[in-house]
Amino acid sequence: MNHPEKAAVFLEDKENAKWHDETLWFVRDKRDVVSKSIPEWEELRETASQIKDNVLSNLDEYLVEFERNALANGIKVHWAKDAEEHNKIVLNILQQNDCKAIVKSKSILTEECHLNQYLEKNGVDVVDTDLGERIVQFLNQPPSHIVLPAIHLKKAQVSDIFHDKLNTEKGNHDPSYLTNAARLHLREKFLAAKVALTGVNFGVAETGEFVVCTNEGNADMGVHLADVHVACMGIEKIIPKREHLGVFLRLLARSATGQSVTNYNSHFRSPAKGKEIHIVLLDNGRTEQLGREKFKNSLKCIRCGACMNTCPIYRRSGGYSYGSVVPGPIGSILSPGIDLKKHSSLPFASTLCGSCSDVCPVKINIHEQLYEWRQEITKAQTSINAKSLAMKFANGIFSVPFAYKLGGSMMRGALKLLPHSITYSNLNTWGKERDLPEVPKESFKDWYKKNKL
Amino acid sequence: MHQNKNIALFLPCYVDQFYPNVGIATIQLLEKLGCKVSFPMDQTCCGQPMANAGYERDTVGTAKHFIKTFKDFDYIVAPSGSCVLHVKEHSPSIQGFETEQAAMHHKIFELTEFLVDVLRVGPIKGSYPHKVGFHSSCHGQRGLRLSASSELNEPPFNKAKQLLEGLEGLEWVELDRKDECCGFGGTFAVTEEALSIQMGKDRLADHQKNNVEILAGGDMSCLMHMQGISSRNNNGVKFKHIAEILNEVIR
Repeated sequence: MNHPEKAAVFLEDKENAKWHDETLWFVRDKRDVVSKSIPEWEELRETASQIKDNVLSNLDEYLVEFERNALANGIKVHWAKDAEEHNKIVLNILQQNDCKAIVKSKSILTEECHLNQYLEKNGVDVVDTDLGERIVQFLNQPPSHIVLPAIHLKKAQVSDIFHDKLNTEKGNHDPSYLTNAARLHLREKFLAAKVALTGVNFGVAETGEFVVCTNEGNADMGVHLADVHVACMGIEKIIPKREHLGVFLRLLARSATGQSVTNYNSHFRSPAKGKEIHIVLLDNGRTEQLGREKFKNSLKCIRCGACMNTCPIYRRSGGYSYGSVVPGPIGSILSPGIDLKKHSSLPFASTLCGSCSDVCPVKINIHEQLYEWRQEITKAQTSINAKSLAMKFANGIFSVPFAYKLGGSMMRGALKLLPHSITYSNLNTWGKERDLPEVPKESFKDWYKKNKL
Repeated sequence: MHQNKNIALFLPCYVDQFYPNVGIATIQLLEKLGCKVSFPMDQTCCGQPMANAGYERDTVGTAKHFIKTFKDFDYIVAPSGSCVLHVKEHSPSIQGFETEQAAMHHKIFELTEFLVDVLRVGPIKGSYPHKVGFHSSCHGQRGLRLSASSELNEPPFNKAKQLLEGLEGLEWVELDRKDECCGFGGTFAVTEEALSIQMGKDRLADHQKNNVEILAGGDMSCLMHMQGISSRNNNGVKFKHIAEILNEVIR
């Protein structure tokens, strides 16, 4: 199913769709309020945007600098061209450490690589330790939002899942009770895991350190208890200097959830005695995207999810309607670069309202890129479909005034003459749930000719 | 100063066909404000529906025709933020007309923008005793920056409000979600029909919840979409383009 079909299904459950919209609007609203409490907010966005522009223009150099410094700090650095290489590298580290069970904090990058499935196929038990991620993992679902992975589920549904998987009291929906049950369940897993896997929010080139931001402290808990820390990082996550964190950390949490800062912003620089840190740097299409002039600045994204919360489409169609690892507006400009055919409906899942671009903390021109992807997609469509024919016909009409006039009066005439059953049949998508405008006796041009010429 | 200027009225094609009153109101309003306005009869469409559907490259003929039709005017004014934004940002560049096309971007204005920034009319005097809810079209608001956007940390402003707020008896209604999209979106209205309808219903509900009597706007496309839903559900809200309101109050 493409986006419109999935969105229509999502909207069938009116009550749930309304709840989903209102829940995310609440987050959006919180972000709006908190961003206005920072007088230099727009300056911060501009600075962040420029730092990221600089990173993208000099990515090769910053990556080499990062690697050099990380190696000097005693971190083991791995480079992965694609998801397959990435997964093999991770599995290899696990096998060398004779590890059959890992804990993992939130990492959309590992979702992108389908790492969980790969490791499980190879006999490794993976436990997601972010509460939201653990919930969707119990359901064998991917996250429906990059910051709020289980935002599509209500607490009653979570209660049922926990009753089923963790044997909690049936019908007990109390969030504290449920969170506590999850905490006890996860604690066992934390204590047993020899290897902890995390994502990376920022890799600092000048120091070779990296920063992981979580609200639950689950990344830290996992890493400190394990002997080996594997951090998986997209190559675009580099920032030049540690001082730049002062810009990004102020923007990240405020944009994501309206908090002033994430609860845990942990810096990892070198392994403790007797322990290991590995970092896996993943390309997986990023270099290709960097080469696309119109789309390269999509790589500035810091994965705050603000564009999802603000998007009137995302709020009303849910993360799964996109069918891509990263849903919402940013996903709709990243995914076509990975698989144009599969994701061809995504750039059209937008009214081009521009809210995503205005909310973006690193000023990615998301809605402009949606427009540009539309141009690319129609070019890539080899067979001439109905829409492109209609558009060619329209261009013919609009470049020839006489044809336009004829077409217009025919259109108005047709609307008057056609029976209601045809005008509002299923063939006319406009008219299914909307009336057409009343047809005036004369067009403006007719009036102008009579009265002004 | 503007009395000596040659001003062209540019009407979106669907306004010409379906909403002649909006065109008439725009031309009469500008004339009342002392402008000399003419309507080039050869004008057609700006090409936006095609470009937004992914066929910008097929609008070369349309864009060229647009430049030829309007290039000799001092100003081009349209009662539509969306079409103006399209001409400025998404018209393909036309070989042989580079200079004219670049110049055009500085002389084409959406109506309220023209009234406030070029004509510099202050709050308009007159009486309009109604509760008015204003729908800022996204292309007008976030594209042309006709009003502050709720995502940005910027001082509040709204060009339409500036023009309307001086009217006696007019109550400007603040909405719960002040600048959410109505879901029209051109071809989106049919390709993503279910979402488009839901967004339109939600927008209407916000106006109704706040007891709006007249839902006004600067883009008839958004209003046509919401009016279509409103009329299907018989919910009695009246729709007006801001040009119609201003033309009605200025004698």
